[in-house]
Amino acid sequence: MNGAAYLELLGQVAPETVMVLTVLAVLAADALALRELSGPYRKLLLALIGSAGCLVAAGWLAGFPADANWLEGVFVSDALARGVKIGLLALTAATLLLAVETGPAEHPGEYAALVLLAALGMLFLVSSEDLLMIFVSLELTSLCLYALAGFDKACPRSAEAGLKYFLVGGVSAAFTLYGFSLLYGVSGGLRLEEVAAALRQSGGQPVFILALALAAIGFAFKVAAVPLQFWAPDVYQGAPAPSAALIASGSKVAGFFVFARILSAGFADTAIHREMVLLLALLAGASMILGNLAALVQSSVRRLLAYSAIAHAGYLLLGILAVPRAGLAALMYYALTYALAALGAFGVVALVERHTGGSSMTDFDGLRRRSPLLSLAMLVFMLSLAGIPPLAGFFGKFYVFATVLQTSGLGGLPLALVILALALSAVSLYYYLLVLKRIYVQPASPLASKPIPLSLSGALVLVLALLVVLLGCLPELLLRPLASGAAIH
Amino acid sequence: MLAWTIYFSFAAALALGCLPERRAAAARRLALLAALAGLAAAVAGALRVAPGTVAVLADAAWIPSLGIRYQLAADGLSVTLALLTGLAGVAGVLFSWNIERRTPEFFALYFALLGGVYGVFLSQDLFLLFVFYEIAIIPKYFLIAIWGSTRREYGAMKLALYSFAGSALVFAGMLILYVAAGARTMNLPELAAVDFPRGLQLWVFPLVFAGFGVLAGLWPFHTWAPTGHVAAPTAASMLLAGVVMKLGAYGCLRVAMGLMPLGLADWASPVLGLASWRELFALLAVAGIVYGALAALVQGDFKFVIGYSSVSHMGFVLLGLMTLQITGLSGAALQMFSHGIIAGLLFAVVGRMIYDRAHTRDLGALAGLQLGAALPFAAVSFTLAAAAAMGLPGFSGFVAELQVLVGAWRASPVLAVATGFGILAGVAYSIRVLQRAFFPGPAERAGNPPPAAPLVPAPITAPERLGAVLLITVSVAVGLFPQLLLRWIVPALHAPWFERLLQGGRL
Repeated sequence: MNGAAYLELLGQVAPETVMVLTVLAVLAADALALRELSGPYRKLLLALIGSAGCLVAAGWLAGFPADANWLEGVFVSDALARGVKIGLLALTAATLLLAVETGPAEHPGEYAALVLLAALGMLFLVSSEDLLMIFVSLELTSLCLYALAGFDKACPRSAEAGLKYFLVGGVSAAFTLYGFSLLYGVSGGLRLEEVAAALRQSGGQPVFILALALAAIGFAFKVAAVPLQFWAPDVYQGAPAPSAALIASGSKVAGFFVFARILSAGFADTAIHREMVLLLALLAGASMILGNLAALVQSSVRRLLAYSAIAHAGYLLLGILAVPRAGLAALMYYALTYALAALGAFGVVALVERHTGGSSMTDFDGLRRRSPLLSLAMLVFMLSLAGIPPLAGFFGKFYVFATVLQTSGLGGLPLALVILALALSAVSLYYYLLVLKRIYVQPASPLASKPIPLSLSGALVLVLALLVVLLGCLPELLLRPLASGAAIH
Repeated sequence: MLAWTIYFSFAAALALGCLPERRAAAARRLALLAALAGLAAAVAGALRVAPGTVAVLADAAWIPSLGIRYQLAADGLSVTLALLTGLAGVAGVLFSWNIERRTPEFFALYFALLGGVYGVFLSQDLFLLFVFYEIAIIPKYFLIAIWGSTRREYGAMKLALYSFAGSALVFAGMLILYVAAGARTMNLPELAAVDFPRGLQLWVFPLVFAGFGVLAGLWPFHTWAPTGHVAAPTAASMLLAGVVMKLGAYGCLRVAMGLMPLGLADWASPVLGLASWRELFALLAVAGIVYGALAALVQGDFKFVIGYSSVSHMGFVLLGLMTLQITGLSGAALQMFSHGIIAGLLFAVVGRMIYDRAHTRDLGALAGLQLGAALPFAAVSFTLAAAAAMGLPGFSGFVAELQVLVGAWRASPVLAVATGFGILAGVAYSIRVLQRAFFPGPAERAGNPPPAAPLVPAPITAPERLGAVLLITVSVAVGLFPQLLLRWIVPALHAPWFERLLQGGRL
């Protein structure tokens, strides 16, 4: 590769480069200039620098779209990946802004830098079709997220969350790496295409099933699906709110995208297709059942959101079944709109926590009176998660389930799973309504009845709620770019 | 013009939601204005729909990549039910004039519900219909949980979960039909023209029918109805019994039966003596009629009597649907309208005129209160409403139930006789509550000594009088001139869409 090619590469990875520079800028600004400022202004400026970086990167992606495939899959850019990246950058910027008010008090510079680095890992993750590169990006994201989960040193729960997340994550990363190494050993290549080709030639050796199943463990961890879901409630509960929000939103979107890509390239039309589908169906069904049933009895809203996240991971895994067909667009629509609602819900939880001191159900009593707008936003998020039209969550469910039903060659399995999912989403309405009942029906407790002033984070949450309504009423806005990207894909 | 009913309602919901809490009087006036505007739009729009035609009200691309359109249209059935919704909407506002707590919010939710109902009746696209159908669920929950009475949170949650479980069944059926039709269109007439395989229809039909049936009070999925009606504030019970239960019945007819006529055909072999889903659902409908009436006969709570009577009356609608005959079907449609009006009136008398004054609904306690003398207007209204509900000639209930009975007799005399028994029980419970609550004899009063101080109720207010007169007038008008509505209903049932249904199997 000559010099000109490197320049071209630099152009292709410009968004990622911008993100690296933003990380450095945030760190430098914090170390050199912002130390003297008082807490809120320092955090605000850091968040603004960070979001500006995200905005530039997203703007580059939207303004200079160019397809690329460097070093045979190490860095791939296509329309769908670009769309997902823009979504990820938006989620990152929202997380940064949320952290201004609700992030940990100490070391805001490092906190913002870690958020940006995690986002950088996600961007690379979305762009790679190479096993090694996927693993490295996955680890970049995960390591930052471990640190973010345990960032609040003053809070023992945060430390517990960080440690738990790290231990489970480390073990599952080892499984993934082992799976990848088996794939490499059997197929002799690192590129997904090579692996898939070898898979087709081999005619379904059991070692492929083993390798893919091991790799799947790592992704099940990343997206909080059964059987590696047990970290989620503790991490969602203990981590600083913006960290939990990022884990629930961006990390999940990126995880699902690359999971779908590996599986769609890896086992579509191969001899082990059926086995993998059964495995996925099992994980999906177990996640939906466990998540929805466990969420029924939670008394902490954060834990409730964690179990709801597990349930949604189940619905999304269902969507992966349909991926070899045009299901990727449906999957990404669902993942992105879910991320918006989850991020927003965490924003509300964080603000309530800040003004009430906790995030148990009772802390939401009478929120309607304390902050009508936050309550309205929470109403939108909860109903969207429950899948009530005309919100984005409903359309996401419709689209994913419709594509799942269109997959052929699996007998009655897709139908059975869709019916299970619909039945469980009827169950889920119960716990989402419990939260809303606290907000709208229960009177406020006299201990915490002060109004919550509208702030930057509050405005951000409202914007997210508006987006959820807008994308639900006009799904075509997000659908068209995704579908055109998926068609090319 | 009809489409404006939807827009008026949602705009009103939005405007009322933005009103500050203390502006109760303004909220009431705005609500009445919006309800009247909705009714006016419904009437004006209805007059423009010539009988036997389908008027397209709106048609625009919505989600082109999935073939989903924003499409509103009205035929005779839609017109009838939109008129009902308009009337029930106005009456509901009049009977909620005394809501003092969180008034703007109450009416905002009320109109969100009303908008969803109008939307279902006017949708021509299955996806759109389903969206409106689900929009109607959430406001119901809050209306009951916040402003309700007896065990309101339980009743509200039960109702929301039953509705949502039912709509999950419908959702599954909708997805299956959409995919089976090639995932190109959600347009109802286009889907109706698709020849779905008989085997598919035979197992998707009961799914969708039962899903909508939950909301229509189909026995044994009716249990949300009495608890929900009792817990709900007056206007919400009026809307619940008046129009929301009709959403279910409308969905059964338009979606389940309209799209899958072969689902009603005979099974390959009889199971437990039943030969088809049609026989099963007809049996359940009659079970609902008889069970609802018998349950109403033994209730001690006045509102529970009305709640169970709704289950019984909705059984007539479902039975009418299952006759698959023009007489029975048009009777079912007429019964939807008639019950919407009468149930609204019954709930208004019990919930607003009596409960808000006497603060008890216990029939024994009411017997001691001399309500017949203390509240003559309420007594007269309830007597008329009870007469209409019993199906006395001259009221709308008579024409509707008679048609259903005739249709059922032609289809199966045994079921018709069982239904007749249900009607008798209906007369019995109506007279029983009438006597206990308003005109107790010495026997009823014996165990319930009058309170130390005689009840001096606040006089019946003007809005209440207006609302009651409106509903009674409509019921009598339709009872005397059923042609008013039948001229729309009957041609609509002769549309090609339903023709296939009329040729369905025999009971």
